[in-house]
Amino acid sequence: MLIYLPIAEVSVNAFVLLGLGGMVGVLSGMFGVGGGFLMTPLLFFIGIPPAVAVATEANQIVASSFSGVLAHFRRKTVDLKMGLVLLVGGLIGAALGVVVFNYLKSLGQVDLLVRLCYVVFLGVVGGLMFIESLNALRRSRKMGGSPVKTRRERTWVHALPFKMRFRTSGLYISVIPPIIVGITVGVLAAIMGVGGGFVMVPAMIYILGMPTKVVVGTSLFQIIFVTAFTTLLHATTNYTVDIVLAVLLLVGGVIGAQVGTQIGTRLKAEQLRILLAALVLLVCGKLALDLLVQPSEIYTLGVAGGH
Amino acid sequence: MWRWLLLCLLFPTHAIAEEVVLGLSSDEVSITTRFDGDEILMFGAIKREEPIPDGPPLEVIIAVAGPSEPLTVRRKARRFGIWVNTDTVEVDAAPSFYAVATSGPLTDVLSSTEDLRYKITIDNAIRSVGAPSNIQDSMAFTDAVIRIREDAALYQHLENQVAVDQQTLFRTNIDLPANLTEGAYATRIFLTRGGKIVGSTETVIDVRKVGLERWLFTLSRHQPLVYGLMSLAIAILAGWGASTAFRLLRER
Repeated sequence: MLIYLPIAEVSVNAFVLLGLGGMVGVLSGMFGVGGGFLMTPLLFFIGIPPAVAVATEANQIVASSFSGVLAHFRRKTVDLKMGLVLLVGGLIGAALGVVVFNYLKSLGQVDLLVRLCYVVFLGVVGGLMFIESLNALRRSRKMGGSPVKTRRERTWVHALPFKMRFRTSGLYISVIPPIIVGITVGVLAAIMGVGGGFVMVPAMIYILGMPTKVVVGTSLFQIIFVTAFTTLLHATTNYTVDIVLAVLLLVGGVIGAQVGTQIGTRLKAEQLRILLAALVLLVCGKLALDLLVQPSEIYTLGVAGGH
Repeated sequence: MWRWLLLCLLFPTHAIAEEVVLGLSSDEVSITTRFDGDEILMFGAIKREEPIPDGPPLEVIIAVAGPSEPLTVRRKARRFGIWVNTDTVEVDAAPSFYAVATSGPLTDVLSSTEDLRYKITIDNAIRSVGAPSNIQDSMAFTDAVIRIREDAALYQHLENQVAVDQQTLFRTNIDLPANLTEGAYATRIFLTRGGKIVGSTETVIDVRKVGLERWLFTLSRHQPLVYGLMSLAIAILAGWGASTAFRLLRER
């Protein structure tokens, strides 16, 4: 069943979109990630203009994060204060990101920027995750137990001024690192059309030293607002949010996420992480290959004026 | 007397003598949510007060052009090992859709001077004034526009696709692809004899988004903030709905 998307101005099969939404939903449910980093490149592959894909995906992430954060609120695993500090950074970052995005769009390099961002971030995160979970798997085979946790050391993070107490996370740290993390994620959200959870979650654990149980809920909380802000910015400056596309992806996504959660509970954590890392590297490899190999058509058409 | 006869031979009165009476299966194309392309049947007759003139047979050319807009054409080149956009040429006006249907091989039914004058073939319908001085091969960019749009079925060469009966009745089908942009599609019909245009007529096919498509598109352009807030409201509602629905399902 073909559906004409009013903003993207292309006709696509509704079932393909529902299927994509469902597939990415299953993965996001299994691995606890937003899935934006998978969905946006997939939308490129099926012929949605990159600018529309990025803006619409931001809108879809609002829905999936909202759905996810409700469960975390019920379990009280959201550090609201930390979330708000991250949010301040996130909004600054998103505004910066949209400015950069629009500037590069006028230069005709937005496609390249988005793809390069994907290759770099997916490569780094996927690679680190793969190595880390491979080690964890080997350790658990050797010793059959979890490694001894060393006490958190005092790093440069603790030497900065403007300290603040975060009760839910049990932290007393400067607000500068969370704001910087927030800005980074905001920029990524605007440029890549992702929530940024795959960057924020490791940063919260390894840089800020937050306890793992509040990390996912807090990052989801922040992501809702940053992606909502990004959606509004794209809608008002680029007119690239396609609501019909978003709804189709949403429907598939929310159903898939619930199925994925069920599958996820039956797999071991290390196996899950290796699978996710392999998936991330696969998407990264495909995008990198597109940049390296000569494209079949070296000319592209764009609307003049670069608005 | 002789002079009058000579004048008649030099300036034949075909242009007035042969007129096109045109019919369209529809002069409106509505882009709905379920739009997946459309087909327009064009037919017509040639009205004349005199018998069919001698000489080369009557041929028909039909050209349908979507709204023209300026385009930016970019070319990729390998820089630092990856493919990036390097050269850019602005094309001043290129139709978003263009179909030329003819009743015979194009070179037989239309002379190149007439083509230039009326801008009938795709190459002449695209206007490109000048490329920046650092680009030598600006023609390659115009060719790329034609190639890319031909692949997308947006530009169509339909040679021998107009059926002409008894030099009087003609008909053809034009397929409109699914990825159509809206606007006024100028439709021109030319009658030719021996490559010379002897008659023509024009009409407009109106292509527009209707219903939900129209409403969403207008809202997104005229009240982008409202549109953005609406998108968010839908997203939040869907997220909340899904979470609640599955919680209820699990509790049962």
